Amino acid sequence: MKECYLGIDIGSISTKGVIIDNDNNIITSAYIWTEGNPVEAVKNLLEILKTKLPKEYQIKSIGTTGSARKLIGLMLKASVVKNEITAHAIGTLTFYPNVRTILEIGGQDSKIILIKNGIIQNYAMNTLCAAGTGSFLSSQAKRLGIDVEKFGDYALKSQNPVKIAARCTVFAESDLVHKAQVGYAKEDIIAGLCKSVVLNYLNNVGKGKKIISPIIFQGGVSKNKGVVKYFKEILKEDIIVDENSHLMGAIGIAVLAKKNKTGSTYSLELKNLKFQTKAFECHRCSNSCELLKIYRNNELVDSWGSKCGKY
Amino acid sequence: MTKIAFPHMGDYYIPANFLLSHIFKNTEVIKAPKITSKTIELGTKYSPEFICTPFKYTLGTMIECLEKNADILIQMGGGCRYGYYAPLQEEILKNLGYKCKVLNLVSEGEPNLKRINKLLKKIDPKYSKIKALYYSFITFKMVKYMDIIDNYIRENIGFEIEKGSFENLKNQMLVTFSHIKNYRELKRTYKRYLNKFHKIKVHKPDNRLKIGIIGELYTIMEPFSNYYLEKQLAQYHIEIKRFTNVHYLLFEKAKKYKKYQKYSKDYFTYNMGADAADNIARCKYLCENGYDGIIHIKSSFCTPEIGAMPIINKIASTYQKPVLFFSFDSATSETGIKTRLEAFYDMLEMRKEK
Repeated sequence: MKECYLGIDIGSISTKGVIIDNDNNIITSAYIWTEGNPVEAVKNLLEILKTKLPKEYQIKSIGTTGSARKLIGLMLKASVVKNEITAHAIGTLTFYPNVRTILEIGGQDSKIILIKNGIIQNYAMNTLCAAGTGSFLSSQAKRLGIDVEKFGDYALKSQNPVKIAARCTVFAESDLVHKAQVGYAKEDIIAGLCKSVVLNYLNNVGKGKKIISPIIFQGGVSKNKGVVKYFKEILKEDIIVDENSHLMGAIGIAVLAKKNKTGSTYSLELKNLKFQTKAFECHRCSNSCELLKIYRNNELVDSWGSKCGKY
Repeated sequence: MTKIAFPHMGDYYIPANFLLSHIFKNTEVIKAPKITSKTIELGTKYSPEFICTPFKYTLGTMIECLEKNADILIQMGGGCRYGYYAPLQEEILKNLGYKCKVLNLVSEGEPNLKRINKLLKKIDPKYSKIKALYYSFITFKMVKYMDIIDNYIRENIGFEIEKGSFENLKNQMLVTFSHIKNYRELKRTYKRYLNKFHKIKVHKPDNRLKIGIIGELYTIMEPFSNYYLEKQLAQYHIEIKRFTNVHYLLFEKAKKYKKYQKYSKDYFTYNMGADAADNIARCKYLCENGYDGIIHIKSSFCTPEIGAMPIINKIASTYQKPVLFFSFDSATSETGIKTRLEAFYDMLEMRKEK
């Protein structure tokens, strides 16, 4: 039996799973939509991975990252549960040890990670606004009646992208409607959107950060050729987009899982696992904490959200 | 009988309560209810939207105190918008239909004895000045002792062997302090507890992580408003250095300004209001004295700190130290804070290992 390690990145929009072997080679991977239900998404993901995984491999360790990392970590009894910033950095460093800057735009958040000599020097994450992230692009794609996947191709067709006020998602949307009603071509509007994502990212997350090449761009939005093009144009540097750029977080957490193996073996059979969460509000004091109780096969495993530590 | 109340800040309600209840014989001091989510909800509801968050917290507490029939509310002031809190809050509370007075004991960051005397006479015309001086002395000593012990806790709580031993002992100490009667008793109690704190067993490795926390004063000192940042850092076994406390603000700040200015003259020339200048100097100090990282916290819309942030960023990049900036608001997501803290910790660990 050969050993392998599973890394799962449960993001706001998509859920990614990667299985690597001892030499960090990707054995198999899967990418599906989260659709607001991380538990179901992970169950489906594991089904896909199970059919794809060759029989001679045995999973020795599991790591989770992304916004639902804690929940899924509990569900799978993961050996590592880590934030997505560390996971992305580790994942990228395994393939590109010389990288200096990582640009990452995901569904809900965007970050910049600065690296020197293989160590994270500094990082920043978007704070309040979702403008310039994947969910903004996908909601606008829906409005224009185009698949997000085809966004990049449309953008590349445009010769003169329109200017879109992208400081704020809400204003950007009204500006976009206006531009469409005035009669601008779809390609130009889409190209303008892609450009505005880049500008917003650099003005918000990248503010005051020195962007030094080699630069790697990843996260779901990196699959959008339009955004990549405008990053290149504005930064005047070459941008590397790995073919697995959307999986980097999952790869990173799989590498971390490899380092933290516990010795036990994990199975991908989860069909019969009953995993439930129950939410309720505690009224013992005026804090009114929203509590979440988590049951694994009808057994209480954890509860979150308490300020006083009673639960 | 008049009833006085004051908003919370950390554990300082104990000395404040001690002082007020001893100076005024014919007044009752109302203990404000602990800050909860309801406090900040109330405060946010009646505050201007873009005011700094401490205003919202204190206004919320004031309303809760007025619900308990308080007549006179005591507020402090500082060298920034903080100085305007008292009149604005009084106006807001009056518009809400409460009958109350808000007294600003420290205006423009400087305690002026004549002014304070006038204000105290408003509360009780017959109060004794000598008594007031005597009890102020004890109160300031109590503040000093609490701050010394807090500093010791901050340096060691991350390394305690038995979980919760520091917190339990501190709670015990606070209860004892709230029953103190005179200076001798205070000093004896303090020494006893200091001994006890020193006896708590800790395991401090040589290569431990050290972090300095700088930033705006209220957010630093009121743990509820910074989402128990120090507690979370202690869970990562980090030694914490914090400069701001009430003793510093009352007795050290004015003296230290010149020193700070000289120390960091490459970075600023003029006073920037509130603690901005202090924080720039502290940032330099932390960078030069082997600290692994700096966390800068402020409430949203805190103007002096916004002015200090680019300078702090510059100092940190000169010394190649990481800084994490937090802006706390009434609508901050706790998950976001946790993710960033966790990543910050991972980064510091990685840097330390190499």
